Amino acid sequence: MNVNREPALRLQGIVKTFPGVRALDGVDFEVMPGEVHALLGENGAGKSTLMKVLAGMYQPDEGQIIIAGQKVRMTTPIEAKAQGVILIHQELSLVPEMSAAENIYLGELPRKSLGRVDWKTLEARSNAILKRLRCNFRAEVTVANLSIANQQMVEIARALTVDARVVIFDEPTASLTDAEKVVLFDIINDLKAQGVGIVYISHRMDEIFTLSDRITVLRDGGYRGTLNTADTNEDEVTRLMIGRSLDLSRDEAAREFGKTMLDVRNLTCPGLFENVSFSVRAGEVVGFYGLVGAGRTEIAETLFGLRKPTSGEILVDGETVEIGSPRAAIAMGISLVPENRKEQGLVLQMNCRDNMTLPQVQDLTAGPFLSQGAELAIFDQYRDRLAIKTPSWRQSAGVLSGGNQQKIVIGKWLSMQPRVLIVDEPTRGIDVGSKSEIHQLLRELAAQGYAVIVISSEMPEVLRVSDRIVAMYHGRIMREFSIDEVTEDSLVQAISGITSDTAA
Amino acid sequence: MAYFYQNPLLRWLMRNPIWGFVLIIFIFFSLSADHFFSERNLMNIVVQTSTIGLIALGMTLVMINGNIDLSVGATLALAAAFAVDVQSWAAFSTWGNWQILPAVCLALLVGILMGAINGFIVWKTGVDAFIVTLGAMLGIRGLVFVYTGEQSFYAMNFAYSDFSFMTIGPFPVLAVIFGIAVLAVHWLLSRTVHGRNTYAVGGNREAAVNAGIRVGPHMMINFMLIGFLAALSGVLLSTQMGAATPNLGRDYELWVITAVVLGGTKLTGGKGDIIGTLGGVLAIGILRNGMNLMQVPAFYVYVILGSILIAVLFLDKRFNRTADGGLRL
Ligand SMILES: Nc1ncnc2c1ncn2[C@@H]1O[C@H](COP(=O)(O)OP(=O)(O)OP(=O)(O)O)[C@@H](O)[C@H]1O
Ligand SMILES: [Mg+2]
Repeated sequence: MNVNREPALRLQGIVKTFPGVRALDGVDFEVMPGEVHALLGENGAGKSTLMKVLAGMYQPDEGQIIIAGQKVRMTTPIEAKAQGVILIHQELSLVPEMSAAENIYLGELPRKSLGRVDWKTLEARSNAILKRLRCNFRAEVTVANLSIANQQMVEIARALTVDARVVIFDEPTASLTDAEKVVLFDIINDLKAQGVGIVYISHRMDEIFTLSDRITVLRDGGYRGTLNTADTNEDEVTRLMIGRSLDLSRDEAAREFGKTMLDVRNLTCPGLFENVSFSVRAGEVVGFYGLVGAGRTEIAETLFGLRKPTSGEILVDGETVEIGSPRAAIAMGISLVPENRKEQGLVLQMNCRDNMTLPQVQDLTAGPFLSQGAELAIFDQYRDRLAIKTPSWRQSAGVLSGGNQQKIVIGKWLSMQPRVLIVDEPTRGIDVGSKSEIHQLLRELAAQGYAVIVISSEMPEVLRVSDRIVAMYHGRIMREFSIDEVTEDSLVQAISGITSDTAA
Repeated sequence: MAYFYQNPLLRWLMRNPIWGFVLIIFIFFSLSADHFFSERNLMNIVVQTSTIGLIALGMTLVMINGNIDLSVGATLALAAAFAVDVQSWAAFSTWGNWQILPAVCLALLVGILMGAINGFIVWKTGVDAFIVTLGAMLGIRGLVFVYTGEQSFYAMNFAYSDFSFMTIGPFPVLAVIFGIAVLAVHWLLSRTVHGRNTYAVGGNREAAVNAGIRVGPHMMINFMLIGFLAALSGVLLSTQMGAATPNLGRDYELWVITAVVLGGTKLTGGKGDIIGTLGGVLAIGILRNGMNLMQVPAFYVYVILGSILIAVLFLDKRFNRTADGGLRL
């Protein structure tokens, strides 16, 4: 780093408390112009909170923000934007009913006389930005009709409308495909070359090490230090972050598989997936690997009673079943941890305990009333087992950090003791420590006799947890691998639709 | 701010700003209105507010569930008309005071039926409850006029109109009924499976479905409960008046919704409780009573209530926005 230059932005001794939580406890942080500064920490360490302080959404209790040598106070995101500080949220914050263009220029729509919106300019400018981002959709489309990944692109496009001094990316890649990631990294490098300071938050070490110049680690709201990326390694960062090294090995204990718990034959849902056949035995983890959009989530939804197949058969524990609703699926012992925790998994206003016990409250009663004790027992058990970080069970799920929200959803379905557990992208947005815990947990569950299906777009994840891997491409199963025969190359080929000679 | 977070009473008041307001106006009227602070007047307030209070309990359920019911005023009128009319049917002429029983039962059943119809339509068609119950409000009011021939019905049995003057120990019977209903609905909402699922469905319908909760039946039960409570309220109102008029309960839906929203229940569903609603109901009751005692013209009550509604909701947003995580201004 060039020591003579002023940091684009500096935070000193930031303290921020919420009722019951000291989310930030004297944190120092700085970004130089033209630097990619990664921010790392466990779920709930305070990364998003720090960035919200930076972007004027929270007022710090103590500490100061210095931009280009000037001490500033920013009370709204608009003021922050005026200072050139732009935050791209971890959770999408778009207006779904509006067009991409309107979202990109939200609050700053170009105007003509009498306050009329200048649609021509708006759309021309928006399309130019989308083109720069290499997006293959037009700015006129309604955001609700875009895929999550494309919505993310709209969110990023927002940052490019002003002359940014600092752009903050809070877990931008969680729902992007590899190809989209490449585009994003190009953009980040572009911005960097223009002298913009970048803050990059992610739980993916590989990204952090390819992209960043420096790494700052937070732990439990405290500042743990800043490292030059070139002088450090994953292990050192991990230890700083979670206090120990990670065991990333596969548990190689020989497995005994029981009888077939789930047998799917020629299942078809036109346009989504076709002629899908596979089975999962008790004690087995089957990984579904493929690109986003390969039809894996749709299969899971069908098994959980959310979609109706047009043909095919589903057998649970040897019996042919019709799964008409999630309720029916749950009764058969099938559980689904959905892909999208905020929309499909959690009641955000509800407290953590109630969220966790939701599918089984009807069984947790004493007389006509709910049994507080039984509910708390379940909550405590899974809070400890999954190391969920929350000041109390009364906290509403909406204010937990992203990763802890995911753990609540996983806990909810584990506590149902299902026969077949389907998890869709189980570790999206989860820190490396918890991630390896969740992987171990999935292995343990299988060892206890559950049949587990893991849908994932991360190759290391499927390789680590699965006994068998089903590779999907465009709604079809291309190939099934046992874990002993699988290679990274053959997997990549299978999910790209390349049928080699060996794949017979 | 840190100090506020630590004091439990202040924290509670910040979460329920309406009770702070109830406290303030209570003290204000006690000091400035002559006959306000007397046991008799306080009981009066409870009796006067029990009519909208009962419906507000039901509205809390329906609104937490993510719906709304605009037809409560009309249902109230229909139930009152039935209650007063049926006791004078020839079939029951020899029943003595017992003729009141089938009349009241029928009136309550009519309320439940109206609620069931609302709930069923919302469930099966998926049309917004606002629209469905707006239609029901017009339709049921029409029914009332057809049924009564635009006339008032008068209760011939004096036992009926004496009922509202009865007391149980020191308490007026209407206050006791309201008290029991408050406790019952509070327990239902906070301690039973149905209550929990009501929050879940209103908070995030998709997540509720994914948790195996059957959304429709819960909505239907809540509409039937509010129908029942509106009918009960209508019966009690007609005992107080000894009559049922076709215009009974006009604008009640607005008062009720005001009380519930004052109490912190969110129009979007998933959030709210009976303690808040009770505060909202009492705030309206105390204001109306106190200003009446001070001989302030009735329409000022509207002006003041309207301002308070906005003020309380503003305070609620100020205090509770960080806790909600909803920060975007
Ligand atoms: N509005 C709020 N009210 C109360 N507590 C909050 C609020 N926002 C955050 N917190 C708490 O502050 C802590 C830090 O949360 P934050 O979202 O900053 O974590 P994070 O590092 O971004 O985690 P993740 O990697 O899971 O996104 C958590 O314990 C969280 O529960
Ligand atoms: Mg975060």
